[in-house]
Amino acid sequence: MRRLIKHDSIVDDTWKPIDPDCSAPEHGQICSLEQWHNLADKDGSAVQLEPGQEPTPLFDALEKIDLLVINFPVFTDGRGFSYARDVREHGYQGELRASGHFIRDQLTYLQRCGFDAFQMADDSDLNAALTSLRDFTEHYQAAIDQPLPLFRRRL
Amino acid sequence: MYVYDQHDQKIIDERVAQFRDQTTRFLAGEITDAEFLPLRLQNGLYLQRLAPMLRIAVPYGLMNSSQLRKLADISKTYDKGYVHISTRQNVQLNWPLLEEVPDILAELSTVQMHAIQTSGNCIRNTTTDQFAGVASDELEDPRPYCEIIRQWSTLHPEFAFLPRKFKIAVCGSTQDRAAIHYHDIGIELVADDDGEIGLKILVGGGLGRTPAIGSVICEWLDKKHLLTYLEAVLRVYNQHGRRDNKYKARIKILVRAMGIDAFREAVEQQWTALKDGASTLTEAEIIRARSFFRDPSYLALDSTLAMSDLEQDCTRDPIFANWIKRNTQDHRLPGYRIVTLSLKATGFAPGDITAEQLELLAELSDLYSFGEIRSTHQQNMVLGDVQVSALYALWQRLQAAGLATPNIGYLTDIICCPGGDYCSLANAKSLPIAEAIQTRFDDLDYVYDLGPLELNISGCMNACGHHHVGQIGILGVDKKGQEFYQICLGGNQAKDASIGKILGPSFKQKDVPEVIDRILSTYVTLRKEDENFLDTYRRVGIHPFKERAYAQAD
Ligand code: SF4
Repeated sequence: MRRLIKHDSIVDDTWKPIDPDCSAPEHGQICSLEQWHNLADKDGSAVQLEPGQEPTPLFDALEKIDLLVINFPVFTDGRGFSYARDVREHGYQGELRASGHFIRDQLTYLQRCGFDAFQMADDSDLNAALTSLRDFTEHYQAAIDQPLPLFRRRL
Repeated sequence: MYVYDQHDQKIIDERVAQFRDQTTRFLAGEITDAEFLPLRLQNGLYLQRLAPMLRIAVPYGLMNSSQLRKLADISKTYDKGYVHISTRQNVQLNWPLLEEVPDILAELSTVQMHAIQTSGNCIRNTTTDQFAGVASDELEDPRPYCEIIRQWSTLHPEFAFLPRKFKIAVCGSTQDRAAIHYHDIGIELVADDDGEIGLKILVGGGLGRTPAIGSVICEWLDKKHLLTYLEAVLRVYNQHGRRDNKYKARIKILVRAMGIDAFREAVEQQWTALKDGASTLTEAEIIRARSFFRDPSYLALDSTLAMSDLEQDCTRDPIFANWIKRNTQDHRLPGYRIVTLSLKATGFAPGDITAEQLELLAELSDLYSFGEIRSTHQQNMVLGDVQVSALYALWQRLQAAGLATPNIGYLTDIICCPGGDYCSLANAKSLPIAEAIQTRFDDLDYVYDLGPLELNISGCMNACGHHHVGQIGILGVDKKGQEFYQICLGGNQAKDASIGKILGPSFKQKDVPEVIDRILSTYVTLRKEDENFLDTYRRVGIHPFKERAYAQAD
């Protein structure tokens, strides 16, 4: 079973990974966007977005989704940061997981954008990666983890 | 100027610690080159031709004397005793050691400086008018808004991995000295019909391979919406900007592809979700930001008396008089002048300044200009608040230190990137071209007779030397492994912005001064009465220049 960082600790992944060839993903399995569209029952579903797949089509069904995975095929493609904020700002409450080839030095930014789970392609040293989540204790901007910008909090 | 409180300091300190850890892991082989690349770039660190280059941020070009002293210190301890002023008003160290960069950043943090986002595909240092706050044609001081943008963009979690770099400039005066038309976002403080000052927003300007003039996306925006609006623009860009080709990745390409109206619509749509949210500026925050840029303790001066003294000094010393005429300008208050220190002496790389000169500048700014110094995108330095009665004493000190070359705004005040001597992206050297031109045109009377003239040189298409917007622009190109130079004419970065047109086939290095000479003499022959170079060029077009430049030697 693959491991990931979730809510600041290392846990086992309880979801079945995406299977692009499967015509009817079972419950508990992560769907591609296309598979997800075809699901008859979206309650408790899990869906994975790739760069270029904006989250807009999910907005009407966000409360039915338990897991939203945003994949990073390369760490320099930052579209997923905006996707994450966008879904959180539209009220998504479920698990928001980054997967793929992002690096630990991006963890704090990812977390700020609303991700609460991190499945790294290289999961050999998740303990070390955990420390990167705490790189910053103060921020200027409003984001998902701190909805008030510093200028509304300065004393 | 802006002063950090404990929050600002903490953010900078945590950044230093983060980069120290990243550097240690890189040196230990735990981070690959490809992974370290954006991490170091976002901290201003390039691995150059001969050594690393560290670009230190100078937010909107403003520094105080202790920062200058620190830079002098750092350049002596960690580098070769000089620094370079870039065309984004930043300061560059040419020879630091990678291992020592974390220490340099730690030193910088003690004077509230850093190197955050001076490179990389993120929001870069916001720039403005080098005469902000003292210019006589200013509607409102743009610096408080620059500072608000600086804070918002610093370590912004959503926009650190954009398709490409992103540059913002703000201007608040009649004359645009911040080149807002050539920025990814240009912001101008403008009054509406009722006289209320708001923000006009331009988007999609830029230099580089495909130069473009920005389009107006919003004619007037209430200041309180500044950050949410910027966030909406950036979010559209981050999601839709091209990532398949780095030469097509800037926002200008996206704006052009979508058309400004469709782009505006997409931004407005994003903005509806963000507008009036927590990032909406409060009145208190605008007041707080403004409070750092209040007038220093100016004296109420008798300007008539000061001016008559100045005139006497000028009559007595024509060299001083000439410097006053060329290198100083009106301040908005009587009895003060703005002084530009030329970093364009022949024989020195444009924009370079030594540790000793930095220390002198620190001292002079304490003595004569409330301890503040500005760097300019023309790669010079400015003392903004000098009493007229102190000009003579100041000039003597500058003169002795080689900082009083009377050429500000003239042909030899060349904007020039470091080019092939330092930069690993270069196609050709740029510094020897600048020097050859300065040497050839050493007759100041001829230079003054040519009138104000901008000559800009870039060593490659990245256009760090802003060659497209020079009235004369020179671009280094690579022709089968040989260095050649393309010349363009008619660029302009003022409000009636235009992009230079290529003259024709490129020239060999040794021919460039001669070609420039021919272009200039064509202008001199064709100009009418008070026409400057650009006026003449716009009237007669490129052909007479072309004909003369490519004519066989007679
Ligand atoms: S224009 Fe090109 S050569 Fe000059 S500094 Fe920029 S990247 Fe380097």
